[in-house]
Amino acid sequence: MSLWLTMIFAGMVTYAIRLSFILLIGIREPPDLVRRALRYVPPAVLTAIVFQELFVSNSGLNISLGNPRLLAGLVAIFVAWRTKNALLTIVVGMIALWGFQAFLWG
Amino acid sequence: MKNEFFSGIKGVFPILIGVLPFGMIFGVLALGAGIPKGAAQAMSAVVFAGSSQIVMTQLIGGGAPGLVIVLTVAIVNLRHALYSASLAPYVRGLKPAWKWLLAYLLTDEAYVVSILHYEEPYSASPPSGNTERDLTAVEGSLPASHDFRHWYFFGAALALWTTWQLSTAVGIFLGAIIPSSWSLDFTLALTFIALVVPALKNRADLAAALSAGLIAVAAYAWPYKLGLMTAAFVGIFVGMLVESKT
Repeated sequence: MSLWLTMIFAGMVTYAIRLSFILLIGIREPPDLVRRALRYVPPAVLTAIVFQELFVSNSGLNISLGNPRLLAGLVAIFVAWRTKNALLTIVVGMIALWGFQAFLWG
Repeated sequence: MKNEFFSGIKGVFPILIGVLPFGMIFGVLALGAGIPKGAAQAMSAVVFAGSSQIVMTQLIGGGAPGLVIVLTVAIVNLRHALYSASLAPYVRGLKPAWKWLLAYLLTDEAYVVSILHYEEPYSASPPSGNTERDLTAVEGSLPASHDFRHWYFFGAALALWTTWQLSTAVGIFLGAIIPSSWSLDFTLALTFIALVVPALKNRADLAAALSAGLIAVAAYAWPYKLGLMTAAFVGIFVGMLVESKT
């Protein structure tokens, strides 16, 4: 498969996934159980991605105080919890990462 | 209508600061994997899903077969089916053209910003209402005529799309001067932290988040990002379990 063809198929598959329920539920009302389950989609999916980013690096799992991403992530989580400010969370988290990297890696 | 559109842009704006470096990193990685500049830029428009685009560049750089690449992208992006299902009740009264447009623009960031807006109290009757009257109001001859919240979704999603295309271009053309020691890829995690932490409103949300996070870490080595999907389903199940017991 050529690069362009691969890309177009990848795009079509992604689009089909995004369209799926938006088109389907346009026809039928979802049952109550499904509706309740969907409320937990954002916390579950986003936290799963965040935990992998914080705990897993190229060299594998790193659950220790020597992991600058984990430390900076904890700082960012604290800022997000106390301030609910997205911009501040991102900026403080990035500065924290640079700080921890400088400290841990010299 | 216009108010909702600009509120959407405003709502997503802080998140754009985190998306910008991530798009640049994609541009850099794509060129590094031997993808031509035009194709790298087109990928941001055709696929328009950051983490799966990064995975694609890794697979293309490693010479994986096209079918494997397409299937991997499908699995990495499967979580969008959950977003699609979650938003569907709110957009079901819209014309098909709106549904196709909003589905194309449906990303993690646009989803979270919009769903939080949809879940806020709103003057028009929400589609999650239990009475028959609410449902007919959405489906009636003037479908959701007082509900312009899809304009909020559109504003947020369009701002995100524009940022993603521009940052990809910046990454492609200025990529060589962004050193990897800056760790700008960390903005993905930070963006998601900024999205998810304020959205944890009760014990059930917290239980869903923590259980999904733990499973994702335990299953990190599973192929094709399957650990991520498993973690999502466990998190949803645990959330509902805690909800039913409180």
